[in-house]
Amino acid sequence: MKGRLTARDATLRYGDRVVSADLDLDVPDGAFTAIVGANACGKSTLLRSFARLLAPSSGHIAFDGRDVRDYRPKTIAREMAFLPQGLVAPENMVVRQLVARGRYPHQTLLSTWSADDERAVTAAMTAAGVTDLAERRMENLSGGQRQRVWIAMVLAQETPYLLLDEPTTFLDITHQYQLLALLARLRDDGRTIIAVLHDVNQACRFADHIVAMRDGRVVAAGAPADIVDAALIKEVFDLSCVITPDPVTGTPMIVPTGEYAG
Amino acid sequence: MSALVVRAGPVSALVERRALVASCVLVAAIAGLALAALCRGDSWDAPGDVLQGLLGRGDSAVIVREWRLPRVTAAIVFGAALGAAGSVFQNLTRNALGSPDVIGLDAGSYTGVLIAITLFGGTAAGLATGALAGGLATAAAVCALALRSGVSGLRLVVVGIAVNAMLTATNSWIVLRADLDVAIAATGWQAGTLNGVEWAGLRFPLIVIGALAVLLAALSQGMRQAALGDDVAAASGLGLGRFRLLAVLAGVGLTAGVTAAAGPIVFVGLVAPQIGRRIAGAAGVPPLPAALTGAALLLAADLIAQTVLSPVQLPVGAVTTVLGGGYLCLLLFKEVERG
Repeated sequence: MKGRLTARDATLRYGDRVVSADLDLDVPDGAFTAIVGANACGKSTLLRSFARLLAPSSGHIAFDGRDVRDYRPKTIAREMAFLPQGLVAPENMVVRQLVARGRYPHQTLLSTWSADDERAVTAAMTAAGVTDLAERRMENLSGGQRQRVWIAMVLAQETPYLLLDEPTTFLDITHQYQLLALLARLRDDGRTIIAVLHDVNQACRFADHIVAMRDGRVVAAGAPADIVDAALIKEVFDLSCVITPDPVTGTPMIVPTGEYAG
Repeated sequence: MSALVVRAGPVSALVERRALVASCVLVAAIAGLALAALCRGDSWDAPGDVLQGLLGRGDSAVIVREWRLPRVTAAIVFGAALGAAGSVFQNLTRNALGSPDVIGLDAGSYTGVLIAITLFGGTAAGLATGALAGGLATAAAVCALALRSGVSGLRLVVVGIAVNAMLTATNSWIVLRADLDVAIAATGWQAGTLNGVEWAGLRFPLIVIGALAVLLAALSQGMRQAALGDDVAAASGLGLGRFRLLAVLAGVGLTAGVTAAAGPIVFVGLVAPQIGRRIAGAAGVPPLPAALTGAALLLAADLIAQTVLSPVQLPVGAVTTVLGGGYLCLLLFKEVERG
């Protein structure tokens, strides 16, 4: 599977601390890619570099063969949206205002609320299930509600590529599955989804393509059924497990054996 | 709906009803204060005579149009400029304390003015250039000093307060070392005053402030986006580097334009954005309510300055210092409590 979004020999670092060296990765188009790995393995850093928030110190992150940082900001922001972690809304902001901010790359100096903007915001709020919260202030919402509003904002950007850093954070289990199903539906509509996910079983159930990382390296990449086995989980997470087919979907499901190496 | 949709040809916008009402109220307040200020002479004139005078009729036409109107215009435009500049820096630092006067930009502009007077004499263009150069140099210095230990709003504010103190000392030193006539001219200005403002002296600052207001209007969408945090702003298509540069330029330019014409009028930039956003019920610190509130505040402060010790006219900067000082203490307490 080839894609328009690629990493080539990319070295990612914060100051002197190298997170990933000479990373190569292809993101398949029109697929749901899940990046999994232990804490601090460089998955968020990788996603941030795709989203232009971190420039590789060497190598390239490219879209259509051109470095993502060479595009005009609004042009590339109409192609890909990014949901970072740990977001805080400005004081006093109501939900519909925040969702509307996702339309920024589509707006011009004179046109800040076109019919398209209105339609996209309404659709995004419906998809994320926050329509009823439209006039509520962000500071008065629960963590899960806020997370869904931020997701609505990213959806309102209406981009073919959607990058999400742990989008299920703060969500209860029902909303987690609802969100993942929504992402799968968006994939079915032709969008490309790249998400950092914590739960490997959820990743196997919903994603077409899994990128397993450890210490800044890509250990394996491919379809869940092809790459996820006990050896991989041991290598990536240091966790002993057995793999059994998910009784509902048949996708790989990990069940820890009870030996939790320290 | 709590917002109105405006669409005409290529133009479209969503106007929050609350913000619209707040803007109308503020404009009415400015108009009322302006009328009062136009009536304010050695004694209070009847508003009817003053309005006639404004139209060029009656005995008071010259007094109203040539003496009082420039001062009222200056109070409105300078107040708006200071309020808008305050909102720019409070947005950039994401801190209610991060206003130009607190982080030393007023003092820096004034240093530029003093250097311009002592070295090049006091031409209007020389003063404006000095003020702008001083403001920009100060902004660059504060950013550089704050950057060395990572950028965070509060750190920049603390560095700015230190720079402000050093510049204030430098300004006193320049005045002490200057020739007597220069020193007298400079001190008369030190607190920021609208006394003796004339049309001739206003032309250049008004042009500069007008141009920067256009720039700021163009930046206001980016400012809203930047308020969501650097990551979201950049990912949604805001070019942060260019935006920050232009925003700093606009903020410094507005402050410097005022300082060149009237001296450093402090605290309007600190107070106006916070009052404005509360009146408008707005998210973040938008520039328009800040500008309107700044205009109303400076008009009111100048009326007080002309009235409390009448016939002695206080510099308006003395009044804004008294009003703003208490507010600054309150903010500092809150900031310390927040940790």
